[in-house]
Amino acid sequence: MRATAAEESQSGNLVLLCLASWAIPGAGHLWLGRRNKGLIFLVALPLMFAIGLALRGRLFPFDFSDPLVLLEALADFGMGATYFLSKALGYGAGDVRAVTYEYGNAFLVVAGLLNVLVVIDAYDIAVGRK
Amino acid sequence: MRSHLLLLVLFAFFVSLVFATIAKDDVREQVRLGAVMFAGFIACAIALGWLMYPLPL
Repeated sequence: MRATAAEESQSGNLVLLCLASWAIPGAGHLWLGRRNKGLIFLVALPLMFAIGLALRGRLFPFDFSDPLVLLEALADFGMGATYFLSKALGYGAGDVRAVTYEYGNAFLVVAGLLNVLVVIDAYDIAVGRK
Repeated sequence: MRSHLLLLVLFAFFVSLVFATIAKDDVREQVRLGAVMFAGFIACAIALGWLMYPLPL
């Protein structure tokens, strides 16, 4: 059975919504008119990520030979545009000698994972589950 | 910023804020859930910290 034009358009919008929500934390909620939620995510998640960088946390590389590093890299990648911007500006090298190194990693990883939850929440709202 | 307790409080605050915002739609419920989660994080961390105090034995 072929999808109708309206269904294709709707699924295209959903993909765009999820991409926007991933790239800019809270953008999906702002798009859907959930302004307060969107603004909280827009401020809290990048701030949490920035604190992680300030604590000398590391943005892990996609190293397929080390599963734990790969998982941390995937979690960091969850922050979308903030992740790429930080990489481009040279942040996230990490300093394993710093006292706050592990705290920094915890902030970076959890910020990325929370953003993935935010994307899923935006998707659920868009399809009418919430 | 090197205080472990302060960093723990900051971490608990952000996680509670985001979880409460995702889980509830009403502002009053968000504040209530966020406060409970935040208090739970801090209480558990302090309790576990004291439990680990004698380690290594």
